Amino acid sequence: MNILETQALTRRYGDLTAVDGVNLSVAAGEIFGLLGPNGAGKTTVIKMLTTLLPPTSGRATVAGFDVQRQPARVREAIGYVPQLVSVDGTLTGYENLLIFAKLYGVPRSERESRIAAALEFVGLEDAAERMVRGYSGGMMRRLEIALAMLHRPQVLFLDEPTVGLDPLARQTVWQHVKSLAGEFQMTVFLTTHFMEEADHLCGRVAIMNLGRVSALGRPQDLKASIGKPEATLDEVFAHFTGHELESGGDFREISRTRRSIARRG
Amino acid sequence: MKSPELDALSRAADEAPPALRQQNRAAAFLRQCLALTEMEMRKLRHDPTELATRALQPMLWLAVFGEVFSRVRAIPTGSSMRYLDFLAPGVLAQSVLFIGIFYGIAVIWERDLGIVHKLLVSPAPRVALVFGKALSGGVRGLSQGVAVYALAWLLGVAINWRAGMLAGVALAILLGAATFSTLSLIIACIVRTRERFMGIGQVLTMPLFFASNAIYPIAIMPGWLKVIAWLNPLTYEVDAMRAMMIRGGKTIFGLGMDFAILALSVLVLAGLAGKLYPNLAK
Ligand SMILES: Nc1ncnc2c1ncn2[C@@H]1O[C@H](COP(=O)(O)OP(=O)(O)OP(=O)(O)O)[C@@H](O)[C@H]1O
Ligand SMILES: [Mg+2]
Repeated sequence: MNILETQALTRRYGDLTAVDGVNLSVAAGEIFGLLGPNGAGKTTVIKMLTTLLPPTSGRATVAGFDVQRQPARVREAIGYVPQLVSVDGTLTGYENLLIFAKLYGVPRSERESRIAAALEFVGLEDAAERMVRGYSGGMMRRLEIALAMLHRPQVLFLDEPTVGLDPLARQTVWQHVKSLAGEFQMTVFLTTHFMEEADHLCGRVAIMNLGRVSALGRPQDLKASIGKPEATLDEVFAHFTGHELESGGDFREISRTRRSIARRG
Repeated sequence: MKSPELDALSRAADEAPPALRQQNRAAAFLRQCLALTEMEMRKLRHDPTELATRALQPMLWLAVFGEVFSRVRAIPTGSSMRYLDFLAPGVLAQSVLFIGIFYGIAVIWERDLGIVHKLLVSPAPRVALVFGKALSGGVRGLSQGVAVYALAWLLGVAINWRAGMLAGVALAILLGAATFSTLSLIIACIVRTRERFMGIGQVLTMPLFFASNAIYPIAIMPGWLKVIAWLNPLTYEVDAMRAMMIRGGKTIFGLGMDFAILALSVLVLAGLAGKLYPNLAK
């Protein structure tokens, strides 16, 4: 059985159809990537799957539960790292974890050991007692990953996990995501607009543009399908959507990156 | 991997007899609510200067406004109460009101980051999150209470130190803070941006304050203002505090009525806030 499924999932904002009849299915243990430029509708898909936003039409199930009819069950089964910074700068790393462990009902007897394990997993043991406002962007992302795995979710949603990170920090995050799927057998559903990220991490990707999925498959198969196995995913993207994927240019992107930098400083 | 603990937990919850299941759910609700309150308390512990700056305003009201108006005897208290004694509970209620209304800004801040999103994706029911916020407001309110009591004592206000009375005032602070922080949360859910919230916050706080019995008795108000004051939860908060904080203080509406109205306000507003809270993440 698929751990995540959508059928004709659609979301409109007024006249704008942000997500337009998306059909996806993800098997347990996969790392699945939703790839697309700014405004493609990636975050909107994630918000519907995480029960934050009701679909306009269509349906979705996560861990066997309908996102609209059984949102509470879905929430118990998932972890989520939003696109925006989601740790509290005015608390320490440890405190961030402690509050969420309580919120998620991690049993008291296991709380400390789980927190320690999560800190160790992302390599933040030494920074645990420091205020998060002094963390680097990469450390914040790692703390967010630690937070999201604390309650051992079946499905982990990562919305642009490496946006605004330098190449080294990006590599580290990739490693963590891989071992979440490997060691902890979590299913990972992530969005990105970095071809390289999708190529490196994802077993399968869906290429999304203007709310629609225009191609779906393993990165190597997508490359092969356009007749150029050595193609970059950028070329694949251009082939399926008819235009280039430029990354990191528009106002939203820049203000977002700036914001994450500002929070570090 | 399924988490064995969660599985076991949800299995236990499913198999448990209904009474026990309800008990589990109530325990979870309380735990989630307290987790948010703990978050707030830890923040305050890291930065206690904020509490000190917030205590400044009530001090000015008591020490300057209170002293001056006591002297000119411009405001009849409607009883034999000295004006400063009359004013102290009003200033306490006012500072709790300001603390509560400030909450919306904090929530909008959490929304501009992704913290609201994370909270809303947790298994905690929305209303538990709202009560957690409300109780956090209450904790801040209590710290204001300590500051106002200290200053009032220095100024010679006739404070009633009986333990039961102190506990009663603490409860009134908690309920008042919960009422106004929840109201503020509702506004934040509707306006969603800091700028708009600031505008509305300003427009709202002053009428709430002046259309109440905080600094003058309702008896001296014109009829239309009386009606607003009767609809204003702050009035009942002040009424209860005046009876319990001051020696010889009296309530107009009766403590039962005061607390019932405050509790009802919290419940109604929290229900509404629980419905609106998810809007913040949309
Ligand atoms: N709350 C909203 N109200 C109105 N329009 C919205 C809202 N949220 C998103 N949109 C619009 O829906 C479309 C899809 O947005 P979405 O955020 O899902 O894209 P994305 O693929 O995540 O882009 P990005 O890479 O910038 O994060 C965009 O055109 C966006 O402007
Ligand atoms: Mg996005």
